[in-house]
Amino acid sequence: MATKLNIKDKYRLLTRDLDWDFDYQDRKEAFPQEDFEGIKITDWSKWEDPFRLTMDAYWKYQAEKEKKLYAIFDAFSQNNGHVNVTDARYVNAIKLFLTGVSPLEYQAHQGFAAVGRQFSGVGARVACQMQSLDELRHVQTQVHAMSHYNKFFDGFHEFPHMHDRVWYLSVPKSFFDDARSAGPFEFMIAIGFSFEYVLTNLLFVPFMSGAAYNGDMATVTFGFSAQSDEARHMTLGLEVIKFLLEQHEDNLPIVQKWINKWLWRGYRVLALVAMMMDYMLPNKVMSWKEAWEVYFEDAAGSLFKDLARYGIVMPDYVETIAKEKEHLSHQAWWIFYNFTHASAFHTWIPSAKELDWLSEKYPSTFDQYYRPRFELAAEMEKAGERFYCSGLPQLCQVCQIPMGFTEMDNPTLISYRDSVYKDDRYHFCSDGCKTIFDDEPEKYVHSWLPVQQIFQGNCGGADVETVLKDYYRINMGADNMEYAGSPDDLRWKAWKGVA
Amino acid sequence: MTIEIKTATLEPVRNTFAHIERRFGDKPATRYQEGTYDLQAVANFHYKPMWQPEYELNDTRRTAIQMEDWYAFRDPRQFYYGTYVQQRAKMQEVAESNYSFFEKRNLADLLSDEVKAKLIRFLVPLRHVEHTANLNNVYGTAYGYGTAITQALLYDGMDRFGIAQYLSRIGLIFDGNTGDKLAEAKTYWLQEEVWQGMRALCEETLITKDWFELFVVQDLLMDTLNYDIFFNQFEQWLRDNGAQDVAMLMEFMQNWHKDTSRWVDAVMKTAVAESEANKATLETWISAWRPKVEAALAPLAEEMLGAQALPLAQAELDKRLNKAGLFK
Repeated sequence: MATKLNIKDKYRLLTRDLDWDFDYQDRKEAFPQEDFEGIKITDWSKWEDPFRLTMDAYWKYQAEKEKKLYAIFDAFSQNNGHVNVTDARYVNAIKLFLTGVSPLEYQAHQGFAAVGRQFSGVGARVACQMQSLDELRHVQTQVHAMSHYNKFFDGFHEFPHMHDRVWYLSVPKSFFDDARSAGPFEFMIAIGFSFEYVLTNLLFVPFMSGAAYNGDMATVTFGFSAQSDEARHMTLGLEVIKFLLEQHEDNLPIVQKWINKWLWRGYRVLALVAMMMDYMLPNKVMSWKEAWEVYFEDAAGSLFKDLARYGIVMPDYVETIAKEKEHLSHQAWWIFYNFTHASAFHTWIPSAKELDWLSEKYPSTFDQYYRPRFELAAEMEKAGERFYCSGLPQLCQVCQIPMGFTEMDNPTLISYRDSVYKDDRYHFCSDGCKTIFDDEPEKYVHSWLPVQQIFQGNCGGADVETVLKDYYRINMGADNMEYAGSPDDLRWKAWKGVA
Repeated sequence: MTIEIKTATLEPVRNTFAHIERRFGDKPATRYQEGTYDLQAVANFHYKPMWQPEYELNDTRRTAIQMEDWYAFRDPRQFYYGTYVQQRAKMQEVAESNYSFFEKRNLADLLSDEVKAKLIRFLVPLRHVEHTANLNNVYGTAYGYGTAITQALLYDGMDRFGIAQYLSRIGLIFDGNTGDKLAEAKTYWLQEEVWQGMRALCEETLITKDWFELFVVQDLLMDTLNYDIFFNQFEQWLRDNGAQDVAMLMEFMQNWHKDTSRWVDAVMKTAVAESEANKATLETWISAWRPKVEAALAPLAEEMLGAQALPLAQAELDKRLNKAGLFK
């Protein structure tokens, strides 16, 4: 009679024994990327499979989830679900998501396919391949969820084209290009660990919670449906770091350096999320500051305590981030308020009630530094002088965010750092970005900086308007500019029957 | 009489995304279209890949095949993730019931020792070939160009991982879940003369750099010949030798191959029709690899089925090459 196999043994027999030692070719040539980063793997068989999902079980579970998800999408469209969101201003948050984040899911799909081919350990490979497939799911279901919004709102219609070109979208794009152009182990620390494990509750989840709080049935249903995928990705991220640290003591300084780099790199991308949470959601979930405290300071704090036994310490610049949490979202929203004519979503001055909420959530900074600015801008708007910044901003060479962040000890002074490399001077928004550049200047001199590219004439136009219209494909006067009076605003009022 | 639910109709501002409209006109799009076309980044990459600084992250130059539009590789099955997993879930449900039926009724006990030995020696080691196919297809996803073909390559790659696991389960059925027969089968794979050509071929594909070449070698040449020998002719042999029940364990692979061949044939036809240069490149690759693939399979085919088996499989391959517009 057949013995019953436990899951671990079954998975080993079905999966781990599929590979073999080569006799006819050099195995190193089949898996050529494992050595150049300096990571030492002594024994792949020590890899603990983070989830032991056979392929047939994967098809079965995922198909059930897809069936339910698409039933909701269909019902959402059939019933004009978009008119049930709290306010059309909300939709700008998911414009930012589709143009800025969904293409990252696609890059994750590609990146995990690459490591899913490159790792010479079969267990790690298969886990990465499944994540690659999941990430493809995520980008496609996001596109399908937002397909309905695209039919009724501006700013969604050119999302892949814009992601490759528009200035603020180069922030998330360059982040992922950075990870994918690195070696396989750095990719795993960058995306699998730092992004999917440490920062996921600060990136992916705020958008989904925002959807839940604002009546966006399509997006929040996607969020729930992706939850179990994300849980698998998190266990993979954690297994990777433990595996690398247990394999060889020489891996520790390399891994620590990557953790430092990718926490900062990821945090800079989160500037977009911070402003989304504090400014773009009509119904707020929590403030950026609270989110950082709950999901990083508390949750990641205990994670790093856990990793201390391997010698891992808290990443650099965490103190800087802690100071910045009082300022980040306000400074970011101000940048976008200034440059809304060049963006594919709308901005606005927070309502009186929202300003009060911000004062309450940021008692030590908002009234002192930011409220007066917004009140002045509101007055100008009232007088018919809505303010837009006509110049082009200088960008940080690493994170590519316009240089609008300030010194934390003096929030009226813009923070500038620079380095000289091969006779050229490069500019940064922060010590974090400067440190990353100084460690790998040869990589970051290649950054495709949107503003420089415009000035060099590589974006097809001599003046900014031509660049926006023809190169970015922004529908001028519809996708961009102030929310009040925009076609989105007017249509929303017509649907709602308000003047 | 029909019931009539009144709904509010709101006039949409546009039917679909602009890139879909440019391709297919101003009309509502399918989910396959919106989930596939132009999703992959094409411009303004920020950094040189450290593992291949001569190319961009996404780069058409990683294969000798050239296309005016890489999205010409439309999948006739129109698989995006949702349709893919739902289709495979249906197939796995049937497979699961087949495997359970086979195990529950101890159908393995009805097989002769000769048949059992043959299954362990010839069918179970094939899981290592399927594992190679997994890697070769995922390679195309990682380094290929354009979502239309790269997503289909991933579906194929994951399918092969699934098939490798089904083949492993056949081994487990025959060893009472101890893994002994899997180990025995692996010894054949690693040591027995008859398998060494196939293993050398697999190892060679794994160091092949051009992803489209690899697609042709794996998904067209190897799969056409292997699937005809192992899942068509060998199944016939099992039927002829009182082991028709085993066919239940092979149904997934047969249906899978039928389904996937539609896509492979469509890709080949499109690549050939694109240009004379593509056609020449494909013919050069096929002329170089086909003899190797056939030589690797020949001893296996002969021992499993006799001398007439390989020519029958070759005729299948000829048909498909012809259908793609090659060598004529």
